[in-house]
Amino acid sequence: MSAEALPRVAEATERGNRDRAIDIGGLILTLITFAAALAAFFPIYWAIITSVKPDSEVISGSNSLWPGRFSFDSYIHIWNNTNIAIWYVNSMVTSLIITALVIVSSAGCAYALSQLDFPGRRVIYVLILACFMVPMQALIVNHFVLMAQFKLLNTWAGIILPQLIVPVVIIVYKQFFDSVPKEFREAAQMDSAGHFKILFRIYLPMNWGVTAALAIITFIGAWNSFLWPFLAATGEATMTVPVGITQVKDAYGIVYGKLMASAVVAGLPVAIVYLVFQRRVTQAIMLSAGVKG
Amino acid sequence: MLRDKRSEYLTALILVGPFVVIYGVLFVWPTIQMALLSFTKAPLIGPGEWVGWDNYVKILSHKLFHSAFWNTAYFVLLTVIPNTLVSLAIALAVNRLKGWQQGFVLACFFLPYILPVSVVFLTWNWIIDVQYGLVQYVVRLFNGGQPLSLTRTIPLFMPSVAFVTIWWTLGFNVLLFIAGLRSISPEIYEAASLDSAGRWRQFTRITWPLIWPVTALVLTIQLIAQLKIFDQVYLFSIGGRQDATIVLVQYVYKLAFQQNKGGEAATAAMLLFGMIIILSVLQYQLLRARGQK
Repeated sequence: MSAEALPRVAEATERGNRDRAIDIGGLILTLITFAAALAAFFPIYWAIITSVKPDSEVISGSNSLWPGRFSFDSYIHIWNNTNIAIWYVNSMVTSLIITALVIVSSAGCAYALSQLDFPGRRVIYVLILACFMVPMQALIVNHFVLMAQFKLLNTWAGIILPQLIVPVVIIVYKQFFDSVPKEFREAAQMDSAGHFKILFRIYLPMNWGVTAALAIITFIGAWNSFLWPFLAATGEATMTVPVGITQVKDAYGIVYGKLMASAVVAGLPVAIVYLVFQRRVTQAIMLSAGVKG
Repeated sequence: MLRDKRSEYLTALILVGPFVVIYGVLFVWPTIQMALLSFTKAPLIGPGEWVGWDNYVKILSHKLFHSAFWNTAYFVLLTVIPNTLVSLAIALAVNRLKGWQQGFVLACFFLPYILPVSVVFLTWNWIIDVQYGLVQYVVRLFNGGQPLSLTRTIPLFMPSVAFVTIWWTLGFNVLLFIAGLRSISPEIYEAASLDSAGRWRQFTRITWPLIWPVTALVLTIQLIAQLKIFDQVYLFSIGGRQDATIVLVQYVYKLAFQQNKGGEAATAAMLLFGMIIILSVLQYQLLRARGQK
């Protein structure tokens, strides 16, 4: 070992020690992160666990983290005594229709804006951008008046229509369509393919992942929306699940076991969608945030 | 050639047509209606009488509007900054982890974000319930053995809503920060650790300056989103003293749907609209400045 190598060895040992010190620090950090994550998840756990406790246990204030006895009475109760099945159908139907309509109309519109040359193109694009700025919450009064004039309050159509305004979907689609090389379209046109064929055979399949991501967040957004369905559906028969569950009470006032059961049922579809399509959901959020930037 | 152009226009018409109809009827028309309605003295549904700027003068001097404005501003202040700091910390922590650990921790923080607002607030209503709520164990320790209603005690109301809102929306900001962190090239950190820069130094000299544009985005997106709150405050204040904790959208709601003052409600909505436009323009300027750098 040469003389000048020695300091280097000493330095390496020292760095090794420091790395180990950092490792312990890193381990502590990891543990803290996990503890925080579990704490963040706890309210969801608590809602679920409350929903499977018998009523007596819920109001005894025992606060045990595991039910003494599993009981699905709360679920049976809300199934028998509320309109939750109807609310569910309302939510499913309206959310799926909103998703389908938003995706289809936005994909077509974005293709036209991206690939076709027609008068009014710029005006329409500016309109979409303007739509970002107008808060839908500010339009509730006029949407309500409009739907009342059309006699659509307390109908599926009334719940659906104002929720079709999702400008972010068009903008994300347009960005992706813009980035498809022009050669694809030109080659297809040489083979005398029409624009619809090009859209459905080339542009959409090439961006299948984007469509999936956008459809998922549109569905989640539609399922979760509260303010508009709350205004548009005042009758118990037309409420959506997120609105309906706030009505769950019984003769004794608020009953948390039953409320938590209905909350679990209301949150289930989006939780499943998220857990199954985790990567798509996060991708969609990032895409839409990119537009907002 | 001319035929080509004509068929292109026709295709564009078919593709953009549905969009134009939907956005025309449900966005442009209600926006114009809202602007017109704000100058009339009118019930929610029915004819009105033109009163010029009267509604604006009236609303701007209305005490409840001032409450709504300050409550909203207070809520924005309580949520935006803590939310940003906490989500940055979580993003840094999550970014350190790998594989399943990262997926698990991220899912714990993100899951609340995709749940419906009513599920979130029902769950928390249960957790902080004055009689049986889990949180009351802690409250009793600090409150001389007495439970405390966090939603009916006015000074505690907004902080409670803000806390739950932060818990609920964290995941979104965490994702944006993670996207930002991932875009920093690892070589910069390698170079820094060769210069034996410690963790803190690496954070202040590299991470923070590079993450700043994302931070600006996170801040402004939240600012605009929180101005529009209604659901949370409404769901937490059922049965509470609503006027003391009223927020802007709730004020619009009250005027329109509880007091049947369509004109004044439209005016209040226009004022909210104005505030959001100003913030959006500021955001645009801020982000454009970032783009030029």
